[in-house]
Amino acid sequence: MEFSTSTPIYLQVVEEIKRMLVSGELQPGDKLWSARDMAVRYKINPNTAARVYKELELQNLCFTKRGLGTYLTEEEGIAERLRKEKAEQLLADTIATFLGLGYTGEELMELFQKALSGMQQ
Amino acid sequence: MVEAKMVGKRYLGKQAVKDVSMVWEDGRIYALLGPNGSGKTTFMKMVAGLVKPTVGELYYDNKKIGVESKGKVAYMSTEPFFYSYMNVKHVGKYYADFFEDFSMERYEELISRMDLKMTDKAKELSSGLAAKLKIAATLARDAQLYMLDEPLNGIDIIARESIIEAIVEAAGENKTIVISSHLVDELEPIVDSVVFMKQGGVILAGDAEEIRTERGKSIVDLYKEVYA
Repeated sequence: MEFSTSTPIYLQVVEEIKRMLVSGELQPGDKLWSARDMAVRYKINPNTAARVYKELELQNLCFTKRGLGTYLTEEEGIAERLRKEKAEQLLADTIATFLGLGYTGEELMELFQKALSGMQQ
Repeated sequence: MVEAKMVGKRYLGKQAVKDVSMVWEDGRIYALLGPNGSGKTTFMKMVAGLVKPTVGELYYDNKKIGVESKGKVAYMSTEPFFYSYMNVKHVGKYYADFFEDFSMERYEELISRMDLKMTDKAKELSSGLAAKLKIAATLARDAQLYMLDEPLNGIDIIARESIIEAIVEAAGENKTIVISSHLVDELEPIVDSVVFMKQGGVILAGDAEEIRTERGKSIVDLYKEVYA
């Protein structure tokens, strides 16, 4: 995995795990790697890996079974929820950027429809 | 684990290290950054007990650096360390004779993972493979402190990946790893703390994540700024 330098690495790994949940590469209830294995897998610092788990736990995306390890949440529909969250977030960021450039909502709609039909062709 | 108080080293007419004070804690990975001639190697050699400071005090677990600390420190130098007759297996035996904490089993595992063969002649290895051999021999020791001088220098990106992986594997709660380099981008994801050196002194040091948050830029960008 390539890391960008603008966001903390632990947050980038959290995003990657969410992405894997959405894509189905990881399933709710799956056992996650130990912090050490995660560090080796992503070639990150072991303390950063520990931080990834803290953040995932904070977001209720994983939990620890004493003595057994860390597991992804078993919450039903989690993939769908994350997918929606991600879409909303992307959309909000994009709209904010356009508004910053002085576009109106109407212009934006037009641009969006044009681009979309261009892609579908 | 390691504490330096106003350490300096003067070679004939040249101040290699000047007024360096710093602490290395257990379980952390440090990047020692700076261009050639900034004092990184000399400082590591002093911690390894290979070079004596001219001034200042240097402690390992609250005791002066000496015979006792030497056994707990694995220092990988930039200089070649093997004799020309040696093959990869000889290098392992050579290390096993020298260091009580050397694990032949771990060595064999690292060697095979790094695409080396026990029968390869050390002097005939490409620079990438020679670098891997040095890393394997060093990390096969069960030391408390690993100091790796320029482990990524002059080797291709694939070899770098496997070296980075071996370094992360060697990390642990009671182990401290110090890596000197000027290849900051490769190191950034794996280090806890950074130390910037320039002309023998420390010009900036701290937790990598804190530096990124406080300054709003990566260590790579900061490096470019500091040494531009």
